Amino acid sequence: MRVKKPTLIITFATTTQAMAVEKFCGDNQLPGRIIPVPREITAGCGLSWKAAPEDKEQLATALEGSGLGYEEMYIIEI
Amino acid sequence: MIYLDNAATTLRKPQCVIDAVVQAMNSMGNAGRGAHSNSLSASRVVYDTRCKVAKLFGCKRPDHVVFTCNSTEALNIALNGIFEPGDHVITTDLEHNSVLRPLYRLEKEGVIALDFVPADKQGRPNYASFEGLIRENTRAIVCTHASNLTGNMIDIARVGKIAHNHGLLFVVDASQTAGAVPIDMEAMDIDILCFTGHKGLMAPQGTGGLCIREGVEIRPFKVGGSGVHSYDREQPSPYPTRLEAGTLNSHGIAGLSASLDYVNQIGVEAIRSHENALMRRFYDGVSKINGITVYGDFDSERTAVVTLNIWDEDSSMISDVLFEDYEISTRPGAHCAPRMHEALGTTEQGAVRFSFSWFNTEEEVDAAIRAVAELAE
Repeated sequence: MRVKKPTLIITFATTTQAMAVEKFCGDNQLPGRIIPVPREITAGCGLSWKAAPEDKEQLATALEGSGLGYEEMYIIEI
Repeated sequence: MIYLDNAATTLRKPQCVIDAVVQAMNSMGNAGRGAHSNSLSASRVVYDTRCKVAKLFGCKRPDHVVFTCNSTEALNIALNGIFEPGDHVITTDLEHNSVLRPLYRLEKEGVIALDFVPADKQGRPNYASFEGLIRENTRAIVCTHASNLTGNMIDIARVGKIAHNHGLLFVVDASQTAGAVPIDMEAMDIDILCFTGHKGLMAPQGTGGLCIREGVEIRPFKVGGSGVHSYDREQPSPYPTRLEAGTLNSHGIAGLSASLDYVNQIGVEAIRSHENALMRRFYDGVSKINGITVYGDFDSERTAVVTLNIWDEDSSMISDVLFEDYEISTRPGAHCAPRMHEALGTTEQGAVRFSFSWFNTEEEVDAAIRAVAELAE
């Protein structure tokens, strides 16, 4: 069995918002990558940003300063 | 063959556009439908293209750039999504059917009342009429940036100022100008800009869109797959997802992305200058030939279009002879612009339109002038 571990997941309202954040994080050397939204958060589909829990504050500060926005931040076991 | 029907579609596309479409068709999945590398590569190209479109047209928010398959779809989304019963709308005699028919249908359904800014015999709009037609219930001014028939341009910044001074929405059809004439939504007070990719932008057919000013609300014309919030019964409300139900033409959008790079590399002003020089050369050559009637205003800002008739000959026959005997492609007939033909007095004869692109040459223009001169003898 795959071992689950705490993970930071950031969700978005649209694919466009996810792409904007991916570009922003890439341009600013911020950690993480795009993954499908885990079912623990929503049974719908869509893209989310996955990073380590310890990156939460850095990402929250950067994204709020960017004006790009996001829906929610979660730390879940996946 | 000499292709002078670029106002219908630019035949010759930059090689980088063709290469981008081929590459996309070999690699791209469905944008926004999964997180594997093929899907993400499509999503990234689409997002990158939104940013380029927003920059070119001065749209403040890339997520307010909505992709459609052409201007007609963009205009239908805009015009069917902003009006309420009882609204009054002002448009012009210069419009193409892509503006006229959605508005006529809304008028027939009893949703809107419609008034037209008239054009004179040279196809020029009467600017004083815009203000004169405004009523208490006027909601929007909808107008083209340039007539597809005469090439006359409307002073969009002037009309945009009138619209905003009266609190009206300003919707612009940029089918004839996007990529070939500078457009700045902010400076021109444009609320919704509808554009196509396959004309001045030299992108593939099946590309286009609308750019929406922040705060302007458009109800979705179509609803369906969005890639997000799949269990909601309603279309998600954030732009661009609100107006983009279904799979996008990402392969075409990859071509549009490359064409935007191409246009930016040359510069819209440089493209315009080249196309206008060809248009002027052709106009100077044909306008002095006995028996030629040229339509439109050549003393004001215009696009690279020259529309004419030879004596009282049927425009369709002239266009056919130009192709059969001279291998010159032109467009005869009504050009989907019925009110413009009524203003010019050419509803029976139609007219032959010559339209020039970045890839046309002076030699091609001179050959076309010689052909017209021979046919007029």
